[in-house]
Amino acid sequence: MQLAVFVARRLAVLVPTLFFVSVLIFSLQTLLPGDAAIALAGEESDPAAIAGIRAKYHLDQPVVVQYGIWMSKVLRGDLGESLRNRIPVTELLASKLPVTVELAVCSMLIALLIGIPTGVVSAVRRGTAVDVAANAVALSGLSVPHFWLGIMLILLFAVRLGWLPASGYVPPWEDLGRNLTTILLPSIVLGTGVAGVMMRHTRGAMLQTLSADYVRTARAKSVPERLVVLKHALRNALIPVITLGAIEFGRLLSGAVLTEQIFAIPGFGKMLVDGVFNRDYAVVQGVVLVSAGLYVLLNLLADILYFLANPRLRGA
Amino acid sequence: MSLTRLVTLTLAIMLAAVPAAAQSVLRIGLNDDPDALDPTISRAYTGRLVFAGLCDKLFDVTPELKIIPQLAIGFEWAPDQRSVVLKLRSGVKFHDGEPFNADAVKFNIERHINTAGSFRKTEIGQISSVDVLDATTVRLNLSEPLVPLLAALTDRAGMMVSPKAARALGDKFGTRPVCAGPYRFVERVAQGKIAMERFADYWDKGTVHIDRVEFIPILDSTARLASLRSGDLHMIERASPTDLPEIRGDSRLRVTGVPELGYQMIPMNVNNGPKSKTLGDVRVRQAIDLAIDRETLVKAVFNDEYIPGNQWVSPTNQYYNAKLPVRKRDVARARQLLKEAGQPNLAFTLIVPPERDRQEAAQIIQAMLAEAGITMKIQTQENVTMLTNGRKGDFEAYFTFWSGRPDPDGNVFTHNTCKGAQNDPRYCNAEFDALVAKARQTPDPAGRKKLYDRATKHLLRDLPRLHLWHRRVFTGYTAKLTGFTPYPDGIIRLRGLKLN
Repeated sequence: MQLAVFVARRLAVLVPTLFFVSVLIFSLQTLLPGDAAIALAGEESDPAAIAGIRAKYHLDQPVVVQYGIWMSKVLRGDLGESLRNRIPVTELLASKLPVTVELAVCSMLIALLIGIPTGVVSAVRRGTAVDVAANAVALSGLSVPHFWLGIMLILLFAVRLGWLPASGYVPPWEDLGRNLTTILLPSIVLGTGVAGVMMRHTRGAMLQTLSADYVRTARAKSVPERLVVLKHALRNALIPVITLGAIEFGRLLSGAVLTEQIFAIPGFGKMLVDGVFNRDYAVVQGVVLVSAGLYVLLNLLADILYFLANPRLRGA
Repeated sequence: MSLTRLVTLTLAIMLAAVPAAAQSVLRIGLNDDPDALDPTISRAYTGRLVFAGLCDKLFDVTPELKIIPQLAIGFEWAPDQRSVVLKLRSGVKFHDGEPFNADAVKFNIERHINTAGSFRKTEIGQISSVDVLDATTVRLNLSEPLVPLLAALTDRAGMMVSPKAARALGDKFGTRPVCAGPYRFVERVAQGKIAMERFADYWDKGTVHIDRVEFIPILDSTARLASLRSGDLHMIERASPTDLPEIRGDSRLRVTGVPELGYQMIPMNVNNGPKSKTLGDVRVRQAIDLAIDRETLVKAVFNDEYIPGNQWVSPTNQYYNAKLPVRKRDVARARQLLKEAGQPNLAFTLIVPPERDRQEAAQIIQAMLAEAGITMKIQTQENVTMLTNGRKGDFEAYFTFWSGRPDPDGNVFTHNTCKGAQNDPRYCNAEFDALVAKARQTPDPAGRKKLYDRATKHLLRDLPRLHLWHRRVFTGYTAKLTGFTPYPDGIIRLRGLKLN
C-alpha cells in the first residue's frame, strides 16, 4: 500500500514534467539559427518550393501557434512526421527505441559486470596493488574518448582480425547471432565508460559500509568474511549504486551519439543530432519528449528498488 | 522404427536443411542518410544513389554525358523547339505490376510540376502540358524553348513512379516508393539501412546479377573505410582523398576517380544588402582571386587528387573555356588593385561550415591572402545557418559547393542570372543573362559552347564567385565486384554489377 501510494505520487509528477520539457524544447528550437525550410531545400533553392514547405509544416506561423498545433496532435498520439524523410515520428521512435534499449542494456550489463566486482575488490583490498590497478583501469575507462576507443576496436577486431563486423546493426529477431556481434563492440565502448563510474561509486559505498558498526559486529561474531562482504556490506552499499545506475542507464537511453555514429547504429542519439542539424523539429521534439519520459520512469524504478532494498524506508 | 527408416529420415532432414543457393547481397556505404524516397520532393544527393536502383528514368547519360534511352527510346524536337515528342519503351512494368505507358508519363510529369513542395518544378516547370498521342508516345509542350529539358529528364525529374501507388500513398509515397527500376523497395530503417531486391519483371533483367542491395549510411569516413576494409561493405561512395592511400594499399580493394560535374566555390556579396560594401567593388574581388594559388591549394589540402578550377565546369568538360585557364597567382597585381579600389588593407569574413576539407582550404587561403595584405577572418557556421544567411545577404563571403548537373545550364543559370534563385551575391549583368538564356534555346552543342564561352568571360571578369577546385568522385569497392563503371555524377549504376 505504501509502495502504491509512493508510485502514484511519482507518476503524477510525470505529466507536468513532460509538459515543461515540451515547452522548453519547442522554445529552444526557435533559437536555433537557420531556416528549417532551407535546411530541407539544401542546394535546391526554388522560393516557391521553400514557401510550400513552410506552409505545409506551419513554419510560417508564430511559435505559439506552431506549439498549439503540435501539442493538439501529440495529445492524439500523433508526433508528426520527419520533415526530411516524411516517416511518422512515432514510427521512427518505435524502430529506434528497441535499438537504443538493447545498446543501453548491453552496455549497462558490461558496466555492472566490470564495475561492481572491481569496486568491491578494490574496497576490500584497499591500499594494495589490486586497489591501485582497479582505480587506474576505472580512470582509463572514464577518460578514454569513446570516439577513439570505438575506432581502435573496429581496426583491431573488424579490420585486422575480422572477428566482428565494423558497423551496422541487425535486429535480434532477424538474426540473433549477428545481432550480438553487431552490438558487442559499441556496448564495450559505452560500458567501459560507465564501468569506471560504477566502480568508483561501489568502492566508495563499500568503504563506508565496511567501516559500519553492523559489519564490525558480524566480524566479531565470526561470520565468514565472504558473507560479511557480500551479504552485509555489499547489500547496503548497493543502495546509492542503484540510484547512480538508474541515472547512467537513463543517460544511455538518451542515445550515445558518437558511438552510434561510428558503428552506424540507428539509435536515438544519431536521430537526435541529425534532427538538430537538419532542423527536423518534429523528430527532435519526439526524441526529447520520449527520452524525458523514460528518464522519469527510470528514476521511479530506481526509487522503487531503493524502497524495496532499504527496510528503513518501508517503515517510514 | 527400423534402422533403414531412421537413416532415410535423417538424410531427408539434412537435405531439407541445406539452404538454397545463397542470395547475393551488395552493401553500399553512404555518406549520409537520404531524405524522402520520392523523386518529386527529394533533394539530397544520397537519395539519387538509392533512386538509381529503384527508379528508372526517361533517359540516362553515358560517362561522357551523352543522353541515351532508358524508359524513353527516342525523342524528336519540333522545329520551333516548343515541344518534344517522346517515344516510350513498351513492355515495361512498375514494381506493383502496373504498366508503364504514356498515361503514366503524363501523370508523373504533372506530379513533378504540381505537387506542393516539389523540387522538380524549377527543372521542368517550362512544360506547360503533356499530350498522350498513343500508348507509347507523349508530347511535352513547352512555354518556351528549353534545350536542357532532356538533361533534366535524366535525373529525378525524369523518374517515373507508379501512378496507382502514388495515388494510394499520397504524400507518404516517399516511405514506400514504387517505381520501374531494376530493384524494388523492401524496407527502410531510417539512418539504418535501405534494402531493395531484384525486380523479377524488370525490362532489362539480363543486366541485373545481384539479388539484393543494401544502402547503409555511415557518416564517419574512418568508420566507413574500416567497414569497406573489413568486408562489411562492398562499396563506398565519395571516398575522401585521405582514404586513398589505404584503399590503394589494400590488394582486396579498388578505387576509381572521375572529375565531378560540380565545383567548390566562394560566393561573394556583390549587391545583396549592406554587407556588399566590403566586396562590392569588382577590383577587390579580382584582387582576392589573384592572391589565391589554386594549384598549391589543391596540392596542400588534397594531395593533388582534385582538380584546380576557375570556371563553373571543370577543365575536362567540353564547355570549359580553354582560352581562360586558371591564372597564375599575382600578389603584386592584387595589391595594386586593392590600392586602386581604396582598400589597401582589406579585411573581410569568410563563413565556413565545420567540414574538414573547406576548413583546411580556408586556412590555406587565409595565409595566401595575408601575403597580399588581405585579412580574412574565418567564421565557422553550421551549414544550414550559412545557407540561410546567404539567402538573406547576411554575409561577405561564404564557402560552399554545387554538386553539378549534366547539362551546363544547371551549373550556371540559376546561380548567376539577375533573378536566379541561387544568386546570393545578387550579381546582375543583362548581357550575361541574354547569353545564357539564348544558350538554353540553342540545341547545337557548338553554338551553345560559343555562347557559354562569352558568358564565362563576363563571370571571370566580374567574379561574383570564386570557383576554386573540382573534386574527383572516388568510389572505393571490393575487388570481388566487377562490371562497375564510374560516372561523373558519382551515381552508382547497379546494372551490370557482379559480386563474385
